[in-house]
Amino acid sequence: MAIAIALILIVIGSVIFHFWSPWTMTELASNWGTIDDTMLITLIITGIVFIAVNFFIAFAVLKFRHKEGRQARYEPENKKLEVWLTVATSVGIIAMLAPGLVVYADFVEVPDEAMEVEVVGQQWSWSFRFPGEDGKLGKTAVEHISIDNPFGLDPLDENGLDDRLVQGNHLYLPLNKPVKVLLRSKDVLHDFYVPQFRVKMDMVPGTVSYLWFEPTLIGQFEILCAEFCGIGHFNMRGKVDVVSAQDFDTWLSEQTTFSASLRKNQSEALSVLAQNGKEVAQAKGCLACHNFMDSSIGPTWQGLYGKTQEMVDGSQVEVDDAYLTEAILQPGTKVVKGFAPIMPQIVLTELEVNAVIAYIKEKGGVSGQVSGSASLSGAELAQSKGCLACHSVDGTNLLGPSWQGLYGKARTLASGETITVDEAYLAESIYQPNAKIVEGFPAVMPPPSASQEEVSAIIDYIKTL
Amino acid sequence: MDHEHDMHEPQSFWTKYVWSQDHKVIAIQYSVIAIFVGFIALILSGLMRLQLGFPGSFDFIDPSAYYQFVTMHGMIMVIYLLTALFLGGFGNYLIPLMVGARDMVFPFVNMLSVWFYLLAVIVLLASFFVPGGPTGAGWTLYPPQAILAGTPGSDWGIILMLVSLAIFIVAATMGGLNYVTTVLQARTRGMTLMRMPLTVWGIFMATILALLAFPALFVSAVMMLFDKLLGTSFFMPAILSMGQQLDHEGGSPILFQHLFWFFGHPEVYIVALPAFGIVSDLISTHARKNIFGYRMMVWAIVIIGVLSFVVWAHHMYVSGMNPYFGYFFATTTLIIAVPTAIKVYNWVLTLWQGNIRLNVPMLFAIGFVSTFTIGGLTGLFLGNVVIDLPLSDTYFVVAHFHMVMGVSPILVVFGAIYHWYPKMTGRMMHDGMGKVHFWGTFLGTYAIYFPMHYLGILGVPRRYFAYENYDFIPDSAKDLNAMISVMAIFVALMQLVFLYNLVWSYFKGKESGDNPWQATSLEWQTEHTPPRHGNWGKEIPVCHRWAYDYSVPGFEQDFLPQNFEGKKAEVSS
Repeated sequence: MAIAIALILIVIGSVIFHFWSPWTMTELASNWGTIDDTMLITLIITGIVFIAVNFFIAFAVLKFRHKEGRQARYEPENKKLEVWLTVATSVGIIAMLAPGLVVYADFVEVPDEAMEVEVVGQQWSWSFRFPGEDGKLGKTAVEHISIDNPFGLDPLDENGLDDRLVQGNHLYLPLNKPVKVLLRSKDVLHDFYVPQFRVKMDMVPGTVSYLWFEPTLIGQFEILCAEFCGIGHFNMRGKVDVVSAQDFDTWLSEQTTFSASLRKNQSEALSVLAQNGKEVAQAKGCLACHNFMDSSIGPTWQGLYGKTQEMVDGSQVEVDDAYLTEAILQPGTKVVKGFAPIMPQIVLTELEVNAVIAYIKEKGGVSGQVSGSASLSGAELAQSKGCLACHSVDGTNLLGPSWQGLYGKARTLASGETITVDEAYLAESIYQPNAKIVEGFPAVMPPPSASQEEVSAIIDYIKTL
Repeated sequence: MDHEHDMHEPQSFWTKYVWSQDHKVIAIQYSVIAIFVGFIALILSGLMRLQLGFPGSFDFIDPSAYYQFVTMHGMIMVIYLLTALFLGGFGNYLIPLMVGARDMVFPFVNMLSVWFYLLAVIVLLASFFVPGGPTGAGWTLYPPQAILAGTPGSDWGIILMLVSLAIFIVAATMGGLNYVTTVLQARTRGMTLMRMPLTVWGIFMATILALLAFPALFVSAVMMLFDKLLGTSFFMPAILSMGQQLDHEGGSPILFQHLFWFFGHPEVYIVALPAFGIVSDLISTHARKNIFGYRMMVWAIVIIGVLSFVVWAHHMYVSGMNPYFGYFFATTTLIIAVPTAIKVYNWVLTLWQGNIRLNVPMLFAIGFVSTFTIGGLTGLFLGNVVIDLPLSDTYFVVAHFHMVMGVSPILVVFGAIYHWYPKMTGRMMHDGMGKVHFWGTFLGTYAIYFPMHYLGILGVPRRYFAYENYDFIPDSAKDLNAMISVMAIFVALMQLVFLYNLVWSYFKGKESGDNPWQATSLEWQTEHTPPRHGNWGKEIPVCHRWAYDYSVPGFEQDFLPQNFEGKKAEVSS
């Protein structure tokens, strides 16, 4: 009895809820109104079945509940009824599936006139790439990804030279132009999802997936990640602005091309030998303890060459090829004062040693002069490098400590030690993110893809907050 | 056969209750372990809901912990509770009794099965105590993320999870071979396949699915372990992790998803088919009416079982697999709705012109039909590939699968426990507490999951630790989340009533007699309640009719037990 009333109330309540609910679809901003229509067809058919089944149970319980002397009817089968129900169900299924597959065919077949844009995902930020005037995107591969080439473009592929590169989680698209979105991931699975565009698709490392849509509404929309990608998943934010074709063209022309970014890097270009040295230094782990910033575990390489250093035993040594060779091949013999004799003996060929020395000389310089120019402000860098995905500037702690009021503050580390946040600590935290973790935060920050000047700019920015 | 029962009656406490080879004891061991881990998973869901409903109010729930709760909740509920309880618990208890056998055909292997299951549970729970804690990769454990930094528990937790799954699969295989062989080989005289209760049919078919589907999970677990421990690249392409290039090359993350869902979709039916079978018997018994369309019900179980192997990629419409697969999998997925719908019709038509006794098991059965209908119908949205594009990975999916394979099978589990508890213990469970439990659980879960679909339609993505500062999510959605959390905690607390009832009734429940529900199937016709070792006395029963002779015209009493040798009353064709 109560169950019959409960079922009737559930049905009535559900229908009222459906029409009263403020939680409905977001305003459509793409051509995929047909998906909404397909959903409506399914909603109507399934809604009818939902109401019918529950009402039928309620009615049966009311009418046939146990009474003294009632005898249930003995009817094992009723072929006619069963066939009729099977046919009716099949018709309902076809009515839902057929329009669904027709719309799906539109989704799978991308219109020829669609423009291409590549969306690249990484934990936990977005970047974007447009083909240049040749209309072709250059080839990419994970092995090409580096600080100087975050998109991993193949430098030998001419198609890629004029590609426009957009870092910083902010995409612009022109109104009323179909766009084929090519999806790529550098690390784990992600999913490009803008609720107002309706369609979404996973981004899978090792392969390129796609989707297409045509923006139909001017405005700014949020980009979300819809495939779990680790603990920063919920905070992998981006923005897409749909603007007029003219505004879009203006915006796009302001974006750096791949060749321009290569040229910029060439201004601090290294000789072939030094380039090899950089690879050796990376591969053999030198850069874990030595960098071109402030000294950390080992002495800094910035301006090291030619400098006179005081050793642990008090002697003075000028850093030249001979000293560096000795220091690399026999690490314990002449240790700079203030550093622990912990460098392991690393087996290197003579050529490799020379290459590393060339790298130290060319990159660190003798006079410590700064090369290149930081064209972006610290605030812009913090946005484009994805720092702000985890560090807020308004005091809320996300995955990482907030930057508001951070500078000069005393913080307790996970090790229990207390430190004051100064430039040295910030630099170390950026270059070796997981060396000194503030208590209560997970050790998940990736090492930087930022140049020395960029890091300084970011630190200057943090100081102002 | 009847006379060669040399029973080797167990003598000591140890052989009777611990190292027991009696299917009934093993069933209870399985059930107790499953319910125990189920409660851990329930608590984890409460913790998740605390964060979602009241974000930031609980300091100990950080993103890592949240994702660990999500992962362990999902995995425990699907594998270690539902699969283990339906097959190891109900399958073990009911199959021999319902087909008229003295025990499973391989009792020793059956005993090994439960101990391997316990070992799997211990390894799983151990991951809470290792450095880094349990894995937080989501229950689907998708690589590359599952084994890389940036995901909680990617050092120890994931390894223990994979090892535990492998052990569980060994346990499930040993049990499964037993159930299938027992059904095929140990039925009593007269118990033809088309006379078996639908409970046995459901569990039988589910076990076949398990034997065919679990190997896919087993190999994917082993391959992922190799990727993690030996540096192989089954699922790992050339990628970066935290900015560093890894040595992997050439693997495919999507391959893992295919293997996982080749297991994962049949898994849905490994849980659903036993529920289908059991609920058919509950409805028929308590409506005092034969199940409507028995043969259709059997064929629907078989067809659903077969089709469940060709729908897996509907979990992967937006995975980046070749989009042309979508046509095929959308079609097969919607076809499977036809036999499923027929089952729903036959349940409700069984009620029609019945003599419905609204006992607690019947209430749960009706609750199942209602919630399963919602879960099934929302599946038609997600299965229809193009509608999945907006709804996939949102709360619509969460609401859908909780209705269809969380709430509705659990309602059957409860109904079944209230129904068979008298046979297991000789005592009835307390009726009043049972009703309180039913109403709290049924209405509570409706209040949780019905509105949750609308969060998904709005577009709220799942597996988010927090939803701060997303402009498209209105503030009212936060109120809704808070309401859902309150209801979730309420439903969780209602389960304490059930636990209390289980224990209280064991000591104080009303004595039930052999056949309190006046049911026809053989387990109610034992000489003793609870049945002793060997189940039947000197003679095993002979089956003379199907399991649904309720209210047969021309008989005084409204049920004819399957071993009743009277006028033939079969399905007339």
